[in-house]
Amino acid sequence: MIRDITIGQYYQTDSVIHRLDPRVKLAGTLLYIVTLFFIGNMWGYFLATAALAAVIKLSKVPLGFIVRGMKAIAFILGITVVFNMFLTPGEPIFSFWIFKLTLEGIRTAIFMGWRLILLIIGSSLMTLTTTPTNLTDGMEKALKAFNKIGVPVHEIAMMMSISLRFIPILLEETDKIMKAQIARGADFESGNIVQKAKAMVPLLVPLFISAFRRANDLAMAMESRCYHGGEGRTKMKPLVYQKRDRIAYMCIFAFMALDIFVGRIF
Amino acid sequence: MSIRDNIKSILKTDKLVYEYKQLDEEGNVAGVNRAIDEVDLDVKRGDFVAILGHNGSGKSTLAKHINGMLFPTGGTVWVDGLDTQKEENIWEVRQRAGMVFQNPDNQIIGQVVEEDVGFGPENLGVPTEEIWERVEESLRAVGMYEFRKHSPNHLSGGQKQRVSIAGVLAMHPMCIVFDEPTAMLDPSGRKEVIRAARGLNQVEGITVILITHYMEEIVYADKVYVMDGGRIAMEGTPREIFSQVEKLQSLRLDVPQVTLLAHELKKKGLDLPEGILTVEELTKELVAICEK
Repeated sequence: MIRDITIGQYYQTDSVIHRLDPRVKLAGTLLYIVTLFFIGNMWGYFLATAALAAVIKLSKVPLGFIVRGMKAIAFILGITVVFNMFLTPGEPIFSFWIFKLTLEGIRTAIFMGWRLILLIIGSSLMTLTTTPTNLTDGMEKALKAFNKIGVPVHEIAMMMSISLRFIPILLEETDKIMKAQIARGADFESGNIVQKAKAMVPLLVPLFISAFRRANDLAMAMESRCYHGGEGRTKMKPLVYQKRDRIAYMCIFAFMALDIFVGRIF
Repeated sequence: MSIRDNIKSILKTDKLVYEYKQLDEEGNVAGVNRAIDEVDLDVKRGDFVAILGHNGSGKSTLAKHINGMLFPTGGTVWVDGLDTQKEENIWEVRQRAGMVFQNPDNQIIGQVVEEDVGFGPENLGVPTEEIWERVEESLRAVGMYEFRKHSPNHLSGGQKQRVSIAGVLAMHPMCIVFDEPTAMLDPSGRKEVIRAARGLNQVEGITVILITHYMEEIVYADKVYVMDGGRIAMEGTPREIFSQVEKLQSLRLDVPQVTLLAHELKKKGLDLPEGILTVEELTKELVAICEK
């Protein structure tokens, strides 16, 4: 199940989209989502779909890989579509008990579902083409302005990248503890949901203890390597806008203007 | 003692004492534990020094004083003539005396090998181009350059420790403290790490302070300190230390098998010198006896 969700995963390949500055991709995703909420007609959606298809093509991420990730949200998508179809007031085409299928309902449902799909593919494309390190770096730099109003931007970014580094380590550790507890007769499989939750306690306690110990060690290792916050720190891989990033920004704005124009006025 | 005296040695401690308080359940002081008890160390530049001791002998506590992770309760620690207790010195002390810890997983910060090695220089505010130069030379020095784009999660323990060493090396330290760097490694990983440490000492001229409880690792040291109960129980060259087998055993330290064998043979009446360190040495001596 966890392996099926491709949202938030990184797809390793070399493409123009992969090489773009993470800030461009962050801004692009945000503007794309905003655009999706502005458009109100079919042509707008067609244009947005075409634009997304072009970006997918450029990113060299196989379409199948992206679509597989959609399985996880198929349920939510289904509910949204059904609710919109039957619960939108308007001209009834067909009615059953308290449910009325209306023309307006079908229209909203189609647009809603379409918008949701574009939204999710659009945002998962960002994580598919950006490494987590790059993403946190991009966020740190893009949100630097918030530092002035007291948001610890650097610290949050550092925390994010450390958690990402420790996810596989802690997963491995969980597996080890689980095996150790099974060897001592622990049962994680049988019983109802409450019993299963209770069975997790002998797994979680050692896991937490070990996580705290690791955090302590890591803090010491960081301090001994002179880490003292973001101040006076230089970057090994500083983010600098390239020509392709400027072109990408222009494309994004052009698309946004055109799509909103088409989607609202046509 | 003048300041000039201190500068000749990279590390000097004078009557170093470290105590920690034991608290009972109400938070009152129930007792005071002396982890380090009046230790005097003097390490010359470029030396390879080993500090030995069984668990709880205070050797790791001592190590944490060298780069200002802990501050003395009494006495003074100088690193390159800088008093570690002065707050304004702390970052300089940590830059000069790098530290490699025991657990390889818990000291790697980056998600890619090269990013981790660059972490120290980034903190020091080194310009970007120079960081790249330092990362490259450090990774080459420990033989991990071809792994620079790898994720640390996919490396073996010995390789991870070598990345940690490169991370310290990139800060251009004068001295590196290895705090039981091999305790969690398999024998081949242990060899890799010790070889890397010796290489830094001999090729780059960096002072190495190796803290360990594996006797085989101290054979190449210039000087050995043996700690017990927070005090320095023995000091000398490896040969001097290993010639006192009974005393080492009373300090709960395992003598290398060759040394032990030579010692037992000598006790049984064979004419062998004390403090034999390697298999080759013992073979040579035994052959000499047979030919007599």
